[in-house]
Order: sequence, then C-alpha cells, then structure tokens
Amino acid sequence: MNAPITRELTYSQAIQEALAQAMDADPSVFLMGEDIGVYGGAFQVTGDLVHRYGEDRVMDTPIAELGAAGVAVGAALAGCKPVFEFQFSDFSALALEQIVNQAAKIRFMLGGKVSVPLVMRFPAGSGTGAAAQHSQSLEAWLAHVPGLKVIQPSTPYDIKGMLLAAIDDPDPVMVFEHKLLYKMKGEVPAEPYRVPIGKAIVRRAGTSISIVATSIMVHRALEAAEILSGEGIDAEVIDLRTLRPIDRDTIIESVKKTGRLACVYEGVKTLGMGAEISAIIAESEAFDYLDAPILRLGGAEAPIPYNPVLEKAAVPQTELIVARVRDLLTGRI
Amino acid sequence: MSHPQAARREGDATNQRPFYRTFPPQALKEALRRMYLIRRFEEGAEDSYTRGLIHGTMHLSIGQEASAVGSCMHLRKTDYITSTHRGHGHCIAKGADPKLMFAEFFGKEEGYCRGRGGSMHIADVESGNLGANGIVAGGIPIAVGAALAIKKQKRDDIAISFFGDGASNEGAFHEALNMASIWKLPVIFLCENNKYGMSVSTERSMAVEHVADRAPAYRMPGIVVDGNRIEDVSEAVMEATARARAGEGPSLIECKTYRIRGHSKSDRNRYRTKEEIEEWQGKDPIRHFELELIARGILAEGEVDALRTAAEAEIAAAIEFARNGTDPIPTEVTRDVYTP
Amino acid sequence: MPIEVILPKVDMDMAAGTISRWLVKDGDRVKKGATIFEIETDKSTMEVESPGDGTIGQISAKEGTVVPVGVAVAFIFGEGEDAGAIRLPAAAPAKATEAPKVQIAASELAPIPAGDSMKPRATPLARRIAREHGLDLAAIIGQGPRGRIRADDVQEHLHKPQPAPVERPTASSDDYDLVPIDNMRRVIAERLTLSKTTVPHFYLSAACDMEKLLKLRAEINAVEALPKLSVNDFIVKALALALRQVPEANASWSDEGIRRYRSVDVSVAVAVEGGLFTPVLRAADSKTLGQIGAEVKDLATRAKERKLQPADYAGGTTTLSNLGMYGIESFAAIINPPQATIFAVGAATRRPVAVGDEIRAGTRMDCTLSCDHRVVDGALGAQLLSAFRDLVESPLRLLV
Repeated sequence: MNAPITRELTYSQAIQEALAQAMDADPSVFLMGEDIGVYGGAFQVTGDLVHRYGEDRVMDTPIAELGAAGVAVGAALAGCKPVFEFQFSDFSALALEQIVNQAAKIRFMLGGKVSVPLVMRFPAGSGTGAAAQHSQSLEAWLAHVPGLKVIQPSTPYDIKGMLLAAIDDPDPVMVFEHKLLYKMKGEVPAEPYRVPIGKAIVRRAGTSISIVATSIMVHRALEAAEILSGEGIDAEVIDLRTLRPIDRDTIIESVKKTGRLACVYEGVKTLGMGAEISAIIAESEAFDYLDAPILRLGGAEAPIPYNPVLEKAAVPQTELIVARVRDLLTGRI
Repeated sequence: MSHPQAARREGDATNQRPFYRTFPPQALKEALRRMYLIRRFEEGAEDSYTRGLIHGTMHLSIGQEASAVGSCMHLRKTDYITSTHRGHGHCIAKGADPKLMFAEFFGKEEGYCRGRGGSMHIADVESGNLGANGIVAGGIPIAVGAALAIKKQKRDDIAISFFGDGASNEGAFHEALNMASIWKLPVIFLCENNKYGMSVSTERSMAVEHVADRAPAYRMPGIVVDGNRIEDVSEAVMEATARARAGEGPSLIECKTYRIRGHSKSDRNRYRTKEEIEEWQGKDPIRHFELELIARGILAEGEVDALRTAAEAEIAAAIEFARNGTDPIPTEVTRDVYTP
Repeated sequence: MPIEVILPKVDMDMAAGTISRWLVKDGDRVKKGATIFEIETDKSTMEVESPGDGTIGQISAKEGTVVPVGVAVAFIFGEGEDAGAIRLPAAAPAKATEAPKVQIAASELAPIPAGDSMKPRATPLARRIAREHGLDLAAIIGQGPRGRIRADDVQEHLHKPQPAPVERPTASSDDYDLVPIDNMRRVIAERLTLSKTTVPHFYLSAACDMEKLLKLRAEINAVEALPKLSVNDFIVKALALALRQVPEANASWSDEGIRRYRSVDVSVAVAVEGGLFTPVLRAADSKTLGQIGAEVKDLATRAKERKLQPADYAGGTTTLSNLGMYGIESFAAIINPPQATIFAVGAATRRPVAVGDEIRAGTRMDCTLSCDHRVVDGALGAQLLSAFRDLVESPLRLLV
C-alpha cells in the first residue's frame, strides 16, 4: 500500500478540501452560512467553492442564525446533510434554540427512530482584536448537552480528517475552529481520510506531567514543553481533540504514568474543560497515582478585552504555562 | 394604518364547490371519522389525565379539528408536517395510530417515541410527521428545512408547518418565512389562530389584525379562512398545495378557530369569558361538517351514530392497549441519545 | 505650608503608639503648645502639644488606632492654606510589615485539636504506596510544600536502611550527629511547647495507700478463669470514675465556652521508640477492669507497631501517664491540649508512713494531677484528686 501523498496546506485550506471532497462523494451534502458564496466566507474558508459546486450547494443565508439553523435541522431530518457555518462562534447564541432544544434532542425525544446528521462549524477564539462579542470560546456550552458531539481539531491534518468524520456522523457534530489556526500550515494527505471523533492523541510523550490541551493551546503547551525540557521537566502533551465525548482512557493512562496533570484551554477557566478533566481523574483509578495538585490554566473571568495587552492576558500564553508547570514541579505549589 | 386585507373566502353553498368536487364520499366520511377520532382522543386523554394516569400536562385541540383534518386531506405519506405543542390533532390527521399515541402518553415502550417524548414530542417520521414541538415556533424553520431538502432532491412533495397565533410573533417565524420565500420552497405555513397565545390575546400581542397580513412582507400569498369549516380550510390548502408542488413557492393560510379547553391542564381560563367559550362551542366544526354531509346526502343520520361509536370504541381500545404497555427500564435512561 | 502633626516617640523602644483621646476636632483653631491629643503608653498617658498656630485639619488617626512613630496624624493650616498644600511623604507604615509576621506566627501556634494532630498531608500516590507497604505516614518526613508527603518521600523512607547509617550523608560534625525530625517528634514538640507556654498549669499531689488495691489485684489474678489485670488497669478505672464524680473537671477550655464532655475518655500514654502515643479508652468509666485491661493491651501493642488509626488517638478528655515501671516515684506531666487535666503516677513503693503516732511500713503511690487553671480551679482539682484517691484506697468501689 502506498504511503499517502501529503503536501503543505493551511488549516483553512484543509477545511475547504474536506468540504469539497464530502460534496464530491455525497450529493446530499451541502453548505449553508452567511457570506460563504461569492464572498468566500468571512475567514475565506469556503473560498471559490461556490464557483465549483454552485449556489444550490453553497448557500448564502440571510442574517438569520436561528431560522437558518432550524432550516438545517429540517433538511437533515428530510434526507440531506447540511454543513452549517456560523460566521463567529459567538453568534451561536442566537441559534441555541435549534441547536440545543431541537438538533440535540430530536433523536432522543423520538425514541431513537431518527437521526439528525447535521454539522455546524464555529470560528472561535481570541487574538484578532475583535473584542468581546467576536472572540469567545463557547465549546463548553455545547459540550454540556447530551445529543451533541463537539470537536476542536488543532492541526490541518486533524481538521480535514475530523470534519470528514463529522459529515459521516449521523448525529449533530459541532466543530470549533480557532481563528488563529486558519493560517497554520501542516502536511495534509490529498486523498480523503478520517480522523476519529472521540479519540485524544499524545502529541509529545513525557514522564513528569500530563498536559491536556485543546485547540491553539496544544501548540502553546508544546512550546512550553520544549522550554521546560531544558530545565529537566519532561512534559507529556495530550491534544484532547474531542470535548464530547471525552477520551477518558488516554488521559487516565497518561496521569497514571506521570502522576501530575495540567489542563490548558482558552475557554473561561471556571466550569470548562479543565473542571471536567480534573473530575474525571479524581473519580478514576488515576486518583491513586496523583502526586501533586491538579493545575488548570484557562480563560480569565472576563469578556475578551479589546486592548491587545489585555487580550493576551485574558487567555493562557506559553510563558504562563511554563511558569505554572515549573512551580508545580519544583514544589512551590 | 391599513394593511392589505387578506382575501376572505366564503364558500358557496352549492354542491359544486371544489371541496365536494375533489373528494369522493368515502374520503369525506373518512375525514369526518378522523375528526371524531381526534375529538374522542382528546376527551379520552383528558379523562385519563384527570384520573391521574398521565404524567406531565397536555395541550388539547378540542374545537380545532377542522383545520387539522382539512389540511392533511391533501397530503401524501411522503409529504411532511411539523406541529406544535397542541399537536395531537395534526398527528391523527396525518395518519397516526391512536394506540401508539396513547402508549406514548402513558410513557410506554410501545409509544411512538418509546415513552421518551410524551405529548409534546409525538412524531412518526416514517409517515412524514416530523413531530410536535415543545418550543413555540420551533417547528417552523424545520419545516422550511424539510422543504429545502425536497427541492434539492427534486421531489414534488411539500411540507406543512402548523403553528399558532403566538408563534407568529417569534423571530423564528419571520426568519423562516423570509427564507422560504427567497428560496421559493414548497412549504405551507398554516396558522391556527385561536385568539390567544397562552393567556394573552392577539389584540394585545400582535401588531396586525390578521396573521395573514404578514404574508405580503415575505412576498407570499396570505389568506384568512374560517378554521371551523373544513371545506374552507381544505380549499385554501388545496390551492396552496398545488402552488407548492408546481414549484411556485410558499403560502400562508390563517385558520380562524378556537380552542374550547384552556392552554394546558393548568389553565384556569382567567383571561376569557364563559360567554366567549360558549359562543364558539356553538360553531363546533364537527357538528357543522356532519350537518353539511347530511344536507348533501353523503351521510345518513344513522351513519353518524355508527361513526361516532366506532371512534369511541377505537379510542377505548387504544387506552386499554396503552395501559397494558411495557414500562421502560431505568438503567436505559441514556439509550438513543446517539446513533450507535 | 501646613505643619505636620506627627505621632511622637514618647518612650524608649517605642515603635508605635495609640492615640487614646483627641482634645480637638477638624476645623478647630489651635495655639502652639496647647494639648491636642493624648497617647496611651505602658506606664501612663502622655499629652501631645500642637506644634504651631492655626486651624487643625486632616485628622487621619482615630482614637484607639495604633500609629507608627513619625507618621503624620493631622495638619495645622495657616491663613488661606488648605489640604491641597500638603506634600505627603512616601508612606512607610511600619506596622504593615509587622502584622503579617504576627499573623503567620499565630496560625502556626493555633491550638491543634487532639484528634487531627497526627493527620499528615500526603498525596494520593504517597498514601497508596504507604498503604501497600503497611507504613504509618506519621513516621515519614514530607518534603513537599507545607510538609506534604510525596511518593518520593515514601520511597526514601522505604529504602532507608535500618538501623545502619543513612545513605544520604547527614550533616555531622565532631560534636554531634544530626537526627532528622520525623512527623511524630515534630508534633510532640509543637503541641507540648504550645501547652507549656499557653496553658496555666498548676499541680496537686497526693500519695495513695495501695495496700488494698494490690491485695485485690492479687486475688483476682490468682483466679485462673479471670483475665490478668495490671495495676494500671485499676488506676485507669479509678481515674475515669473520679471524673464521673467530678464532671466539671471532665472539660476543655474553648473561646466560645468551656466544653463539658458527656463521655469520660481516658488517653493512656504509651511509650514507643522515638516518642509516644496516647490512644484513647472511650467511656472508660463504664468498662470493666477486664475490658480496660484488654483494650489497653491491644492499643499499646498497635501503638508500638505503629498500626494505630487516627480514630484510635483522636479525642480524649484526660490523660494518664504512668512511669512507675521505670522506677519513677513522682513527676508532673504536661497537659495534652485541649484536655484540662493529666494524671502522672509513679511506682507503688514501700516507705515509712505514720499511723496515728507510730511509724510503720506502708505502700504508697504518688499521684500528681496537673490542671488547666482556666477550667479547673484549686478546689475543684483537689476534689478530683481526692475522689481518685478514695477510689484507689477503697478498690472494691472499682468493681461495682
């Protein structure tokens, strides 16, 4: 079997390729969103797809998130596979009714007799100076809802594979894409392939501490791990990739090995990913392997500020990860 | 400020009106039977509820049978409907089996939703019933989505979105009508205006006099009909169905009707008068249709009783079936959240 | 330029003072030399005079507040001057740096409840390793923050060769060897220092006539079917019954009130290598001598094997310390906080005693009762000791 041909693509190019390949393979797949047609999408993700697949399959919607999300739900119930793009994850608030009360629950409320094969994509996260209403990381909101699946791919390879897996998935999948990752480059196979939903991956093996991170924080954690290795601290970095369902086994095995845990994520620290991972470990057999308090590094208890210094200070940066992990390993905490 | 008035259609009282020309006697009697079934079903559900046999609450559609049956008479199995929290009538009109509906109310595994959904979420997707909905206006965009799928799949099916006067004030209503119109989708927006949201009247909550007045804002035909006369409802839906199947886009039909019972089982009817309720009871849609069919020689007096009795028996058997159903197992509480 | 009114140093070694009374208020006209406020010192009240003429204002220190020496507490404004004219020096409140130090010291000396005293901080992993090897965490030194025991610490302890010299070179000089302080030693040191320095001890002594008790004991022990009793078992019972008779002494001092315990729980001091434990006999007054004997034996054995659970040594309303087996005649013990009493008994010895006007040989045991004067006054202590002696000297009362 030949090794797949890979080449360098950006994260957003990888998304576009996934969407195109999904549409090629399945005529029931179509795209909906604001300005995704000739404009090419607010983040230029859909690009020229409208010219290749037509307006019927790359549909511009009016600015009507609630109604449009409902249309996507109805289309999914009637034999289509819509991939819905929110222009900013913050606008999901307008559509929560259809996402949470309808898409997430219809299968269950109907006794398992239907599925809702819907994919929704959310450009999320801060760092572009777009301030409070255009910079949020709301994945924890949706990960709290049984019936949804929530993923946060962090590399071009993963976003293509996981998006294709999401489109395959008969249940509603929410895809959170960090805006600062759109221009990130990585090796991506040309052929379609799948990366499984619900599996975390160890990006860097280590022995001193397990750092569980999502999205852009995976990259900051890896940077921090490099710096810390010069100080004799050997960090294991796990890319969680899926927030619902969480890959408990990978994390538990890692913490059993290292005895220490740090969670790094951009969403507001309280009641976010870190709270859940900490509790999973505390409830699991890994508890008896913990040799230090659990560390959570998450977003500040504030809306994302406009000022660039404050904007950076509102979410974990590499330096913070280094400092806090160092504190933990040197017995200051 | 006057808005263009929706055309008010009064049927002519001859045998030649489209309703009686389109449907053979068997179909008309079946329609009446369905109306009885709905009426008896609602009364049976109410009775079971007051005896403490049914959990939760329910929203009865007694008095609104004509709009449900009159609309669904034109539908195929492959056509879709979405409904409201007051959806029992729509379900039965679309062909649902009262046995399985009652089983659902009693929370049994034999129910349409295996006991997981209850009254507000009754659905039978196989026969195109995409479900009642616990969120006001929740089903409207969903029906538009189903119509979008129909168009993409190049089918000539249609979708009907049933909703009430209250829903027409929700954002989702406006967004859905707008999108249905710009994309010319095969969907009928069927509003059952029973004068009250929950307790707040349309006079106090709606900026226009008729829900149908909103249609021009979304560039679609809007008409007002007497929701308690099945022939008026049916003819309006017939026209709208033809439009939709021909690819001419959506329509808005407003059925003026009334719910004899309160909003839900907790309603104390403080917001309306006994006189008003009695006045509408005098306009009972079933009685009206019976009389019409008898007057036209389609139904004999004796048949009326037979139809009624048959409906009652069917409902009684359905309740009995439901009471003996299988209770779900507590450990299966997370079953069917995801597709295996 | 407004004139500063500072808190003056009025005593040798004074770093701060308390303004006890202001004689003027904001806006009053003052003359140079007039008394404007008073400072409380250890010895007396000092009057402080106005440094100038004018209107006094910006009074910043209220009566009763402590102000460092040299800090401005008010200003005297001349004609046309107001608060805007003040040039404030960089504030250097000396008391701010002092306060935290005091607070930390206080928390370190906070009374440690008898029950929790031996509960060490340890990570889940450390606990598990200790559990798996049957180690008592109390014997392990924690080198993590706040004395937390981590897995490495347990591993170190496990692999420490006994009793040969430790692998890690300890600092030693020609004059001494440095012995590391383990958890138990540290706790003993902290608690008993606390006790001796903060609890007002006083001591009552009595010599008990042991003839009848020793005779009764011999009779009981001669019966094969009955358990073998030690003298200590009788003493425990006597102590417990005495406290039942004098319940005001079965108590503890606390800031909210004196706790009169409903149960008489006797902590029995047991010497182990490197220190001591005080496992508790609960409801000792209601147990038979046989039960007391069996329990004490069991607790002592487990103490020596370092297999006591925290539940075994938590609580206790008094302590009995018996050094008789070491030949000690009498001694005074240090109270175990938060208890209010501790009994120290020595060996029962033959000694000359007066019977009427004659001198005979008798067997006496010296008992010294240490009391917390906040809870137990002299008369009450005497009552307790008296009751104890009566019971010891009429030992049949211990059987009923």
